[in-house]
Amino acid sequence: MRTVFSIMTDAVAYGMVLFIISIGLSIMMGLMRVVNLAHGAFAMIGGYLASYALRDLGVHYSVAILLAVIGTIIASIPFELLLYRRIYRKADPLMQVLMTIGITFFIIGIVNFIFGPSLKPIPLPPTLSGPLDIGFRMLPTHRVFVIICGITVALALWLLIEKTNFGIRLRASVDHSGMADALGIRTEIIYAATFALAIGLGAFGGVVGAEILPIEPYYALRYMVTFLVVVSVGGAGSILGALSASLLLGLADTTGKYLAPEFGDFFFYLSVIVIVFLFPHGLFGKAHA
Amino acid sequence: MSVLLEARGVCRSFGGLDVTRDVNFKLVSGDRVALIGPNGAGKTTLVNLITGDIAPSRGQFWMGDDDITGLSIPERVRRGLVRTFQTTRLFANLTVADNVALAIMQRKRISRRIFSSATELPEVKAEWSEILAHLGLDHLAYRKVIELAYGQQRLIELAIGLALHPKVLLLDEPAAGVPHDEAPKILDAINRLPADIAVLMIEHDMDLVFKFARRVLVLAAGRLIFEGSPADVTADHEVRRAYLGSYADARHSA
Amino acid sequence: MSDITMIHAPQKRVPFAQEAAGALTILALGAVGYFLYPDDLAFLTRLIGIAFLVLSLDLVTGYCGVATLGHAAQFGVGAYAAGIACIRGVTDPVALLGVGLVAGTIMGLISGALITRFRGLPQLVLSIAVGQLVAGLANKLSWLTGGSDGLSGIEPGKVFGVFGFDMYSRTGYLFSLAVLVITFVVLQRFVRSPFGLMCRGIKDDDLRAKMIGVSIYPRLVAMYGVAGAVAGIGGALTAISTGVVGLDSVSFERSAEVLVMLVLGGAGHLWGALAGTVIFMIFEHVVAAANPFHWMTMVGLLLILIVVFAPRGLIAPVMSLWTKMTRKGKAA
Repeated sequence: MRTVFSIMTDAVAYGMVLFIISIGLSIMMGLMRVVNLAHGAFAMIGGYLASYALRDLGVHYSVAILLAVIGTIIASIPFELLLYRRIYRKADPLMQVLMTIGITFFIIGIVNFIFGPSLKPIPLPPTLSGPLDIGFRMLPTHRVFVIICGITVALALWLLIEKTNFGIRLRASVDHSGMADALGIRTEIIYAATFALAIGLGAFGGVVGAEILPIEPYYALRYMVTFLVVVSVGGAGSILGALSASLLLGLADTTGKYLAPEFGDFFFYLSVIVIVFLFPHGLFGKAHA
Repeated sequence: MSVLLEARGVCRSFGGLDVTRDVNFKLVSGDRVALIGPNGAGKTTLVNLITGDIAPSRGQFWMGDDDITGLSIPERVRRGLVRTFQTTRLFANLTVADNVALAIMQRKRISRRIFSSATELPEVKAEWSEILAHLGLDHLAYRKVIELAYGQQRLIELAIGLALHPKVLLLDEPAAGVPHDEAPKILDAINRLPADIAVLMIEHDMDLVFKFARRVLVLAAGRLIFEGSPADVTADHEVRRAYLGSYADARHSA
Repeated sequence: MSDITMIHAPQKRVPFAQEAAGALTILALGAVGYFLYPDDLAFLTRLIGIAFLVLSLDLVTGYCGVATLGHAAQFGVGAYAAGIACIRGVTDPVALLGVGLVAGTIMGLISGALITRFRGLPQLVLSIAVGQLVAGLANKLSWLTGGSDGLSGIEPGKVFGVFGFDMYSRTGYLFSLAVLVITFVVLQRFVRSPFGLMCRGIKDDDLRAKMIGVSIYPRLVAMYGVAGAVAGIGGALTAISTGVVGLDSVSFERSAEVLVMLVLGGAGHLWGALAGTVIFMIFEHVVAAANPFHWMTMVGLLLILIVVFAPRGLIAPVMSLWTKMTRKGKAA
């Protein structure tokens, strides 16, 4: 029982990290139809910034998160203006793949040039380290924190998309790009705002998830595929899809590693193939004509 | 007269909306039939049903004695059911000759060969040269399709159709978007199609319909409401009301 | 009358002229490498091995329009198969190439059956998953593959019983070059065949292809089989000439890297695939040795520039210049 419970906690926490990082990518792929393989690179920038702020500037954990998110969004602006705009809603995924791989390599090179190529620890504040007594059992506090973050992000996004003016415009742009133009919705601005939101979420997830996905020089490459797979399995543009895919894949991966560690990613990718074959547009995705 | 293509009670609905309702028709050898109808009558849906792009909710299509309803697009093409597209769909980055050659090689079942040079097969070259000459396109043979004018691309659509040796040829608005002075070329090409095949043309341009068709089918709201000679169509009251009225008005005012 | 001069029929005076020109060009370049850089033959041999993988990728991506980030699987399976066969007693190099070819073909057919079922994002993700699955297996089946230590102790016999593999990679290089020339000539013929032309048609417009009666899926799977054979030969060559097979030969990074090489050179051209491999590998050899992160910055920048300014690859301007020159030559 003890093992089952700790596997479950780890799996859910891992799934939540995947969700926080991937949901930004999912929204971007749903709205701008851009296969952004560089999403992890922006999460990595967030991690590097947070590590720098905590260790060299000595700020509090919460301030470091804030600085990392804002800093990453600012760093991403030139990429949006100069590069991403060219490939939004372009039919050829190959060009998107190539450009975003290029961006990933470029970011890895630059970031490691500036901050030095080494593992970047993000030390937790005392309130988040150590175990937490939840009555009948002790849990690592950080895991609980990550799970709460994930749930908060999911709820906040749901409110944003379903209940706000921005959300209405966003959904209109997803479903009928031409119609949105005709209604005077400036898709350009919607795209830019969505891009910033996506990148910010990625950076946030990179920082709070650093205990589970450690920030290291090749982070952007190592998890490049994982985030894309989450979006593809969940269905681009769906919060519920990204959440269920994250938890499902988190569970598959974590249990796989506990029960048959020598198999590595084998079960993870096997389940991906099965799911994509059964649901080519993802569990909760819509086919785009 | 052998029946080449027959629709039996074909229906199709999309999300509860009936787009095609109980359509029945026969195309026989040598037929020259026009399918007309106002916008939104379901002409494109009917073409897609015939070619196998979408499946009917009810009813069947037959070619001769065979029910082809369950066959895929390529299987229907191999039986001689060929279409052209309303907007040109060609192999844009290949040459005109290669576009037609691919159709010929596919028909001759030699498109799986892996070690002979496609552009040099003499029996294929002879055939595409003839087809292109027939359509007055021979001087463009080695140009990429993407570099050509729209009217020329429409003629290549026809060339590919011809190269497949169809038994039934569906022409989906063959003259749409073609400059006025080039339209006769297209009609000319259509008039010189092999006499024994059945041709079903979907067309808006009534001039073209009258010049081409010996029989007209009128589709309105997904249902075939009339079948008869071109002269009968203009005389029929219901058809006028459903369709020609607006056309005639537009013509008078033009 | 003026129209007639517009016809640029590719008139052939000599049959197989194009193939002969291709073979001679590669041989000439190979001779340059052999005589001018005798100390770098091990590297150049690896380069040739990778060139097979890029050519293979060109067949599915350049000629069929399949977006894949898992193509290293074909190469790696060929390499492992040849390596394992060699350790188990099949030491004849030509036979080992055969082993790699067969293994690559089988892997290609399996991959093709999975990957070409869909288009767009599902296709891309399936290609990644298939590649990672193979990488996972290579890691897991360590009793067979050596796992993360790699497969070592591959000691092939002499080529045709005469030329032994030496520590300067002379034999390895010349053997690889010879196999590359043969493969390239065969592929030149293959891509101009009806089958190859039809694949380019499918890439352009698959609905049109269906509407002339082509069943697309079996075609693409078959093409994947051919691509797998080419990649498998490359894998086997690399295993034979380097004596080791590591997990890097099936890695995601390898798959991504060869895609970069292909697009750099120009997808849809066999020469583009070769040019991309040569430029990328030499560049990497020089720069990455100094600092891997500077290397990544530069590759990233280069890739971005290619997508923005030369999406058809570096070979495209060369090709159009060539066409212009030959057209002028004929008019004169």
